[in-house]
Parts: sequence; C-alpha cells; structure tokens
Amino acid sequence: MAVDVRAGVVRRAWDTDLAYSFRNSPVAVISAIVTLVLILGSLFAPWVAPHNPFDLSTISLIDAFDPPQWIEGGSPDFPLGTDEQGRDVLSAILFGGRISLGVGLFSTIFAVVLGVTAGLIAGWRGGVIDAFIMRVADVQLSFPAILVALLIDGIVRSTLPHDEQDQIAMLVLVGSIGLSGWVQFARLVRGSTLVERNKEYVQAARVIGVHPIRIVVTHVLPNVLTPVLVVATIYFAFAIITEATLSFLGVGVPPTEPSLGTLIRVGNGYLFSGEWWITVFPAVTLAALVLSVNLLGDWVRDALNPRLQ
Amino acid sequence: MKPLLELRHIRIELPTRRGTLLAVDDVSFTIGEGEVLGVVGESGAGKSITAAAIIGLLEPPLRLAGGEILLDGARIDNLPPDAFRRIRGKQIGAIFQDPLTSLNPLYTIGRQLVETIRTHLPLGDKAATARAVELLQEVGIPGAAERFNAYPHQFSGGMRQRVVIALALAANPRLIVADEPTTALDVSTQAQIIALLKRLCRDHGTAVMLVTHDMGVIAETADRVAVMYAGRVAEIGPVRQVVKHPQHPYTVGLMGSIPSIGDTLERLPQIDGAMPRLGSIPPGCAFNPRCPKVMERCRVDRPDLLKAHATEAACWLHASISPGEAARG
Amino acid sequence: MLAFILRRIFQAAVVLVAVASIAGLLFPYVGDPIGCLLGQDARPDQIRELRGALGLDRPFYVQFWHFLSNAVQGEFGLSLRQGAKVSRLIGERLPATLELSFVAAILALGAGIPMGVYAALRRGSFLSQLFMTLSLLGVSLPVFLIGILLILVFSVTLGWFPSFGRGQTVDLGWWTSGLLTRDGWHHIVLPALTLAIFQLTLILRLVRSEMLEVLRTDYIKFARARGLTNRAVHFGHALKNTLVPVITITGVQVGSIIAFAVITETVFQWPGMGLMFIQAVSYADIPVMSAYLVLVALFFVIISLVVDLLYYLVDPRLRMQRGGGGHGR
Repeated sequence: MAVDVRAGVVRRAWDTDLAYSFRNSPVAVISAIVTLVLILGSLFAPWVAPHNPFDLSTISLIDAFDPPQWIEGGSPDFPLGTDEQGRDVLSAILFGGRISLGVGLFSTIFAVVLGVTAGLIAGWRGGVIDAFIMRVADVQLSFPAILVALLIDGIVRSTLPHDEQDQIAMLVLVGSIGLSGWVQFARLVRGSTLVERNKEYVQAARVIGVHPIRIVVTHVLPNVLTPVLVVATIYFAFAIITEATLSFLGVGVPPTEPSLGTLIRVGNGYLFSGEWWITVFPAVTLAALVLSVNLLGDWVRDALNPRLQ
Repeated sequence: MKPLLELRHIRIELPTRRGTLLAVDDVSFTIGEGEVLGVVGESGAGKSITAAAIIGLLEPPLRLAGGEILLDGARIDNLPPDAFRRIRGKQIGAIFQDPLTSLNPLYTIGRQLVETIRTHLPLGDKAATARAVELLQEVGIPGAAERFNAYPHQFSGGMRQRVVIALALAANPRLIVADEPTTALDVSTQAQIIALLKRLCRDHGTAVMLVTHDMGVIAETADRVAVMYAGRVAEIGPVRQVVKHPQHPYTVGLMGSIPSIGDTLERLPQIDGAMPRLGSIPPGCAFNPRCPKVMERCRVDRPDLLKAHATEAACWLHASISPGEAARG
Repeated sequence: MLAFILRRIFQAAVVLVAVASIAGLLFPYVGDPIGCLLGQDARPDQIRELRGALGLDRPFYVQFWHFLSNAVQGEFGLSLRQGAKVSRLIGERLPATLELSFVAAILALGAGIPMGVYAALRRGSFLSQLFMTLSLLGVSLPVFLIGILLILVFSVTLGWFPSFGRGQTVDLGWWTSGLLTRDGWHHIVLPALTLAIFQLTLILRLVRSEMLEVLRTDYIKFARARGLTNRAVHFGHALKNTLVPVITITGVQVGSIIAFAVITETVFQWPGMGLMFIQAVSYADIPVMSAYLVLVALFFVIISLVVDLLYYLVDPRLRMQRGGGGHGR
C-alpha cells in the first residue's frame, strides 16, 4: 500500500509539466549531472580525492610542477599534475570546491534570510520602515554587488588585528557576500507581499485578529517561495563567482584553505612559465560549476514561467 | 454579388504537447464587394483566428493547415511573405481590438500615417502629408492639421480608434478586417466608432469583416452574419433573417439571450453549459451536449451547412427540409 | 524640462553626500593605519607624533567635517601608505581607468546591440544560437577568469598581445593617454575585451529579450497589418521601442564597468584606480578607499543623469508629462 502510494507520487512527479520540460531539455539534464558530480565530488572530497593536500606529511617539494599524467614527465599518482608545493591539483580542486560551494551556499542562505525578512517587513508594515528599507536597497543596488562585497570585506578586515583575520575570514566572506545580495530578494518579496496583503482573505484574517506574524508566515510566505527559489539558484552561482573573485583578488579565504579562486590566483603566477595546469584545471572546474548552476537556474525560471510556454 | 473574398474549407491548427488541436475546422464563407459581414461567437470560437488568417498574420504556433483564401478569385494564402505584405494595408486593411496599444507610442500619429501611405501609394512626402490630414479630418479628429504631430498618448481611447481607422483606410483598401473594434471602448464611444466605420465603408465602397461578440452591433451594422461555434460556422445568412428567424439551436439560444426593450421576462434565457475547449470538442455536432433538440445523429455525424429557410445552418434539423442539399456535402 | 533636470541634479547631490558621509565615517573607526605605517615595534612617542601629523588625534566630528569640506574641493588628504596626496594619486590613475572603461563600453555597446537585434530577428538561426551559447558563457564566467583565458590564448600561446601594463603613453600635461600610440592600443586590447565581454553579453541578451517582447506587442502586429516592410517594422518601430528599457539597464551596466575595472586591472596589472583601490583595501589605506568610493559614486550619478536625459529624448510620454496639451488619459 505504502509502496503504491510512493510509486504514485513518483509517477505523478514524473508526469508534471516541470518534469516533462526537464526530460525534454538536454541542457537541463547535462547541467544537472555536472552540478551533481561536482557537488558530490567536493562533499566527499576526503574519500574521493587521491591525496590530502592539507596533510603536510604527504606532500613533498620533489613532486612540485609535475605535469598532468598524459603529458611526458607526468605520473599517474597526480592525474592533473601538481602545483609549486607538490600538491596534487585534482585533490586541491576537490577540496577547494568544498570551500567554494560552502561559501556560496551559506552566503546564499544568508542573503535569502536577510532579504526575505526585510522584504516581508517592508511590504507588510509599509510607511516609514518600508521607505527606509527600500531607499537603502536602491542605493545599494546602484553599486555592483562585487564592489559592495569587496568594500564590506575590506572594512571588516581592516578593523581586525592581523592574526585574527584568517580565523574568521570565512565568516567575513559569507557575511559580505550575503549583505551584498539581500536587495534582490527584498524587492521581490516586498512586491509579492504588497499584492498579498491587499487580498481579501488576508484582510479577513486581519479583521478576525489573527496575529500578523502568523498571517505572514502562513499566507504570504508560501506565495513568494517559488520566485525566491528561482532567484536563489541564480544567486548561488553569483555567490560562487563573487567568492572566487574576492579570493582571486587576495581578499577572500586564507591561502591555507584555498578555494577554487585562490587556486586560480596562485596558479596564475605560473602561466607564463609553462605550468598552465595549475591554473587551468581549477579555472575549468569553476567555469563548469558556475555555468551549469546558471543553466539550471535559467531552466527553472523558464519552466516555471507560464508566459513562455 | 461577386465575392471579393472567399474562404474555402479553412483549417487552422494549434500544435501542442498533447497533440494537435483544431482551432478553426472547415470554415467557408464569402464576402462580396462593399458588403459588411458580421462574425459572432463566444471567445474561443475561432473568429479572431480566422480574421488573423485572412490578413496573413497567424501567430505561430498557429498554422493554416488546409483550405484556400481567395481575393478576387486568386489565392493569397500561399503567397510568399513579401507579396502578402503588399496586400496588407493596400487591399485588406485591419483594425484591432485595443486602440490604446495599436499605435506605436514613440512616433507621432502623423508619421505613422505618412509611413503607411507612402508604403502603398506612389506619393511624395508632401502629398502623403496632405492625404494624412485629410484622412484625420474624415475620421473626425478635431483640428486634424494641428493634431498631426501629436503622440498617441495625447489622445483618448475613442480618438485613438479613429486614428487606427484612418490608418486602416490609408491606402484605400477594398476590405477591412475589424477584430472587436469597439470592445475596449466605453459604450457611448462604441456607438460613435461603429457609426463612423459604417459611414466610411459605405462612402469608400469598402467591404468589412466585423468580428465581435456583440450581437447588437452586428444587427445594426452588418448585411450578413456568420455565427461561429467551437471553430465552425454554425449558421450564416442575411442579418435580418438570422436575428428574426434563427435556424440553428445555438443561434436561437444566442438571440434569446439578448434583452430588448419591452421584455417583461424576469430572467434572460441562457444556454446551459459552456462552449467546449479545443481539446474536448465532442464528435458529431459540436453543440450536441448543450442542444435542447439533440438527436441521435447529432452525436455521430457532423452536419455541414444546410439550407434552412432564408439562412444556412449546420444542423441536422434541417436535413429533412432539403435532403438533396444535404447530400451535396 | 528644467525642473526635471534640477530635481535629478538635487537627487544626485543627495546620493553623493550620503556616500561621502559613509566614506567619512570610516575614517576614525576603521583600521590601524599607524600599525601599518610604523610596524609592530614603534615607540609610543613615534605613534603619538604620527597621529598628530595625520590629524587622527582630533575628535571624530572635527575629522569628519574636515573630510567633508575637503572632499567637496576634491581633496582627500594624504595616502596613509604612500604619503602622497590622494588627489595627485587619483590624477595619475584616473586616465588609465577612464580610457579602459571607455574603450570597453564602446566595444560592449557597438557589438552587443547589433548582435542582440540579430539574435531576436533570426531566432533559431545557427548564428544567433551561437551568439546565445557564447553569451551564456560570458555572463556565467567570472571576469577574472575571462581575463586569464584571454591571456592564456592571446599572450602565452599565440603571443599576439601583451598582458601587462599600459604600454607607451603620451603625457598631455593633465592627462596621460595610451590611446595615442600604437603600443598603447596594443596593450589595451586584452583588458578592454575582458572588461567588455561581460557587459556585451548582458546587453546582447537584454536587447534580444526586449526585442522579442516588443515584437509581440499590438502596435507591431498593427504595423505589420498596415503592410509596412519588415525593415520598417523591425528597425523603425521595434528597435526604438526596444531601446527605451535597454537604455536604463545599459546605463547601470556602463556604470558597473568602472567597478569591474577593479578586477580587470588586477588581472592585467593595469595602473588604474581599481588596482590602487585593491592595494588600498589590503593596506587599510582609508583616505584612498574613501576617495575611490566617492569618485565611483560620482560616476554613477553622472551616468544615471545622462541615462535619464536620453530616456527623456527617446520617450515622448515622459517629455509631454507636463505642458503637453490635448486629451490626456
């Protein structure tokens, strides 16, 4: 019986327009696979990676600058070659992907929570609070988010003593990327909240004295979740890009725990001396990750947008 | 009357994920020189799509899947795009539903008129401008010469629809396809626009295909009327006959639901049910589930238009009247 | 019109003062420039002396007022790291950034708009699908990655273009230009391309989607129904309407070129303000950071002002809002 029900659910899910559009979009399928492989590879990096790039006892300078295994001088121990310290590039990518994905995920969550809350408050309360929140949003929106993140990051770092910087670098990064991205969520949610607030069932709930927070959570929030999800997917890709950019500029994660951006920054110095693999493989991984997440986001947006069908 | 426009067995398809739907199914009618043909029906009956097919502007994925459209006895539906373009505006003008959105907001109405005139007529800038002002006067824009350089947003809805009519008439076409020309206007403006359209077309000898769901407008404007239902013509005939003596049960219901002064009914009669959606048109006569006079045959065989007194109706009730006609197919 | 401009200038001034205030507030609270300048083992009297010299011992509001009044005159004090006047540093760096941004903006607009129009009109053709695929790469890839890729291909592998610095420049007294020498042009190709690609692809996609949107509107359908040529419909009517929203977003994008220059300048070691800013961030050089911030805000404000004026010129509905006669609606 239970199995039947579950099979029914699966079949129904398989038969929805969303699933249909997914099956019929090779782009969506491929990017889903790429995203999944990269996420799983990073998540299980300690088990999947051939080496542990942070374990100093296993790395040796003798292995430094080994090319990928299919090029003369390469060794099967290091499929994608090694960097200037003799670390395995493939393992560094898997571990670096963890940090990139982690920062991306947490800063997206931070931006969503911040933005949705601000949007709900602005849309629900209106008046001065609304005007204030949206004015701040407007000013911030006129600056590119990367610049805002760079600025917040720079300010926080300069207020801290040097030795503490590395320890909380990750938090600072998540905070500054999240703070630079709340605006889009706030605007989105505020708009929907304004629409919902004036609907009759919400008016009715207010009249009979339901607590405003309850109304917002049970009636308004569910209505804004789908667009928030779509924007969040695309924002996730953007957060990964921002983290990589900040790390590339040298103001992101500390070099002891390199993300993909840090790896590219380090490898960039060896581009001209011929050791291209140190930077190219992390770069390709980052590009593939960002591109497939973006493509997935695009697909979700189109699939959920009834006007395009 | 010699037909100016002739539609023969037009079929228009709408391909969808769940199969191909027939938006217009075997529609045939003619419009004579200078004649006003009203086309009525509920929304979704296929009247606007038929109109779009006549001016060659079916919006994909809609496509003309069968039948012929003839202008002056020559096929136009298979013309290459540019040849068809030359017919639009020159031979067949068009008026759309919403005057507020029919005009390009960024150009003056004068520019839009001159552009249309010069596309179709061998006139210089000066002559085209003069003609444009003339047209604006003719459609009743006060101070036409001064308003020539005004932008669409500076006109009211009714005035804009007058400009649209001027644009449709700019190259003196022989037929105007007017798709719900008054639906978006308020009631008092509606009457003015209809009167204007009627007067202009009579003066210029222009034929009109007037698509609307407003039987009242048809009754006072059209010479003949075609009633459409679920992508098919249910009844077609002289407007007086169709209004006074409707022969198809659907038309009967339609006429019954128009109130007239002096009626003392408590409640207007209405047709039970709703027009079927494209995907679920029943076999046989499309109207059979709602028809008060439904017969066994209606559920199986699809009736063609049959001679029914002074009109033609696609209804088996009239098969007995002239069995010879029914066999014609 | 004048009132409109004045209002916009007033708003711009408010934004500028707001940004300057934020920048000024950073002054006393942020960072430990003394530590950076003197190192860990400085003697207390040395620290006191430097604090006095830099004005860091005065109360916060005095410092703030000082900053504001100086900022209005274009003075931002001394760079804490280099000891030079910030205004002079900026004077040296500004031309490099402006020339880079200018060339990139021209590239992005000059290629992005025609490509977007093409992709909209020839939807489904091989070339437009290629454009769309490549543009997806362009919006997805981080700017620094594009730069590295270009360096790898055109500098390392092919050796066509240099990847470092500005090359030979000509000193015009108040402006050093790299655009007057062959070498300068040679050097600007890769950085300008890097900076342009992101904006280009964004503009391409925006123009395409706006154009497709416009092509679906009633006034475009009506323009076709008037029999206008495809050329007139696409380039006369659709393109101009497409540009209205495109101008707004493009304006913001052109502004963000200045900001993205930070990344490009770092990749190519381009001696502009962005590189200066990154260095300032890593050394907590607050005066330079604040000056950069205020300057970027100034650019944004100027560009959005220009955008508003362009908007005004293109769209008559805005022009006519006040004073335009006729039947307003």
